[in-house]
Amino acid sequence: MKKLISILLAVVMIFSLAACSGGSDKDELKVGFIFLHDENSTYDKNFIDAAIKACDNMGVKMVQKTQIPESNAAYEAAVELIESEDCDIIFADSFGHESFLMKAAKEHPDVEFCHATGTQAHTSGLDNFHNAFASIYQGRYLAGVVAGMKLNEMIAAGKFTAEEAKMGYVGAFTFAEVISGYTSFYLGAKSVCPTVTMDVKFTGSWYDETLEKQAAQALIDGGCKLISQHADSMGSPTACENAGIPNVSYNGSTAAACPETFLISSRINWVPYFEYMITQVQKGEKIATDWTGTLENGAVALTDLGKNVAEGTQAKLDEVKAKLLDGSLQVFDTANFTVKGETLTSYKADVDTDEAFTPDTEAIEGGIFYESKHRSGPYFDVRIDNITLLDEAY
Amino acid sequence: MADTQKARHREPLLHIAKRDDMAGWQAWLIRVAAILIAFLLVGLVSMALTGESLPEIYSTMLRGVFGRLFKGKTSLLWTYLQRTAVLLCLGLAVTPAFKMKFWNCGAEGQALMGGLAAMMCMIHLGHLPYPLLLLVVIGSSILVGAVWGLIPAVFKAYYNTNETLFTLMMNYVATQIVSYYVYLVGQGSGVIQPVATGNLPTIGNSKQLLNILIVAVLMVLMFIYLKYSKQGYEITVVGESQNTARYIGINVKKVILRTMLISGAICGIAGMLLVSGIDHSVNADTIGGQGFTAIMVSWLGQFNPYIIAAMSALIIFLESGAGKVADTFFLNGSFAGVASGIVILFLVGCEFFIRYSVKIRRTRKEETV
Repeated sequence: MKKLISILLAVVMIFSLAACSGGSDKDELKVGFIFLHDENSTYDKNFIDAAIKACDNMGVKMVQKTQIPESNAAYEAAVELIESEDCDIIFADSFGHESFLMKAAKEHPDVEFCHATGTQAHTSGLDNFHNAFASIYQGRYLAGVVAGMKLNEMIAAGKFTAEEAKMGYVGAFTFAEVISGYTSFYLGAKSVCPTVTMDVKFTGSWYDETLEKQAAQALIDGGCKLISQHADSMGSPTACENAGIPNVSYNGSTAAACPETFLISSRINWVPYFEYMITQVQKGEKIATDWTGTLENGAVALTDLGKNVAEGTQAKLDEVKAKLLDGSLQVFDTANFTVKGETLTSYKADVDTDEAFTPDTEAIEGGIFYESKHRSGPYFDVRIDNITLLDEAY
Repeated sequence: MADTQKARHREPLLHIAKRDDMAGWQAWLIRVAAILIAFLLVGLVSMALTGESLPEIYSTMLRGVFGRLFKGKTSLLWTYLQRTAVLLCLGLAVTPAFKMKFWNCGAEGQALMGGLAAMMCMIHLGHLPYPLLLLVVIGSSILVGAVWGLIPAVFKAYYNTNETLFTLMMNYVATQIVSYYVYLVGQGSGVIQPVATGNLPTIGNSKQLLNILIVAVLMVLMFIYLKYSKQGYEITVVGESQNTARYIGINVKKVILRTMLISGAICGIAGMLLVSGIDHSVNADTIGGQGFTAIMVSWLGQFNPYIIAAMSALIIFLESGAGKVADTFFLNGSFAGVASGIVILFLVGCEFFIRYSVKIRRTRKEETV
């Protein structure tokens, strides 16, 4: 009994010690980050790494909240970051965080709120709420070029005929961000391998390793010669490595885990945006309502090539990249794709978010569908020919 | 002489005996000590992983849960109480079923369906006058939750199916239905934007107070129901022995159906609180696994609503506090789970020392006496 009491007392002492310390002074800029998962998700890891780097570069303090679901928890996380951490800027990384972040923004007009992939800042009427995204379709297109080169190499080696050149794509939802992504990837591949077609499967989740692995395997079994994905786990790359099928990754290199089959990965480099928002707040200037990262400002990035890419890939990549940079090549040039056999001449996109998803803005000008022009978040959701959606349940 | 020596050799080092002589206060002292030792261990593990000092780790934990209470900032405390209330609500829901030894592992799905019903009313009946809409929202979520709980109960009562598997499977069905609804309304974005119609009212400035009060009332009602009502007694008897129940004239089927109706209905209330009171939106992750945590909370609380409340508060404290430690010192997000695991292991483990006494082999000196 005495022993028990003494242990008890010791523990109580430690707790009371703990209660005495703590508390921080507010003297430097503090940025609070809200992440959907943690570094086990390639999507969040990309944000987390960039946040650490940007805050380090700018000499500001970083606080994070990981594993924050797309619910009122995002609002609660923002309030915690403001009340107990004195953050001056709050950033959230997932689409579904947006409305809850806006709720916090309304209540805290003196704090800046930045949100990736969102669509509502330009219609919200809030001065302190901002959206950011990148013209990642340029990166996807370039990754597609690498895929097309690999297909050409395999055709030349007699592994399959040009007509059998079919790619597979694992997507999360039938959502503009995903559609814009797989279409630009497909168009990149088609620009070097004209006969290519593509099958797309949806998992209905941004992160489900098992489902993504199964979807990739189903595509491989269905005759796909190359796989890419827009979902955040290692599911698809792993399935490809096991089956010896080349994989174009997203959000970051998967070369370490899949050395034989990794070709390239496009990703959004968030460091430029994070440094931009921090600089604006330091200078006391306004953050743009809609910020779009590009190849030019370094937000659209490509990883190093995998060891098994086709010969001459790097040279081709540099050539296409230069054309994208000087504007002589446009990814969604309507001359390069058809919808139900016809060239698209007009398309109303849903740019201003409303409950009914009403198309409201003409996106095609002079034969080119301008993505990321009317707002940073993608709105290209056209179903083009030669891409087969195997299931649209999500 | 030789025989006694042999016997002495055979006597094991540790000897375990059942005991029922421990006073209530002693048992609680052991439980509290177990929690404190577990917290110390959590602190030491964090220390080993982060290289921070113990006071730093505990103060981070407290800051993560309560924020800066001393500076008059109370929103985090309210958040904490609200989270506790939601978990408690689910814990209360499964308790009558567990007391009846009906293993309702379907709180997750029952609450999700209740939440879905609330959401559908909020979206599609948003034009109704507010008081009527509110009644419809509350009524439909209770009804749908109850039906989702009743289905496995019917099969258990009439066909003696395994309710553990049945209720578990019903969770997956609920998840898929909600995913499909989100797809229909969210148009492929995977998100239903929060809806302003049919929200639970707020009391004064507090968005959380009403939710907390509802669960507090439920807690007291459940205590009275289980301890003092005839139905509560019937639940206990059916749980102890169905044959005895039949012998004394209790309609076992009726008790099973009625109890699961209540269990599902309270789950429906939890779903309604989350959707209409907190998130104003729904997705497959709305309950977030709390329906399963509730099972553990109910057991740890020994089916007593007040202790279940304390256990809910403890679990939420751990999740928020350890989550904060993980975020602050860049540990993996799973750290909160590790910390909860340690504490729960100690809590469950200490019951052993309450129910059994461990006797160490007497030393030679004592033997000679």
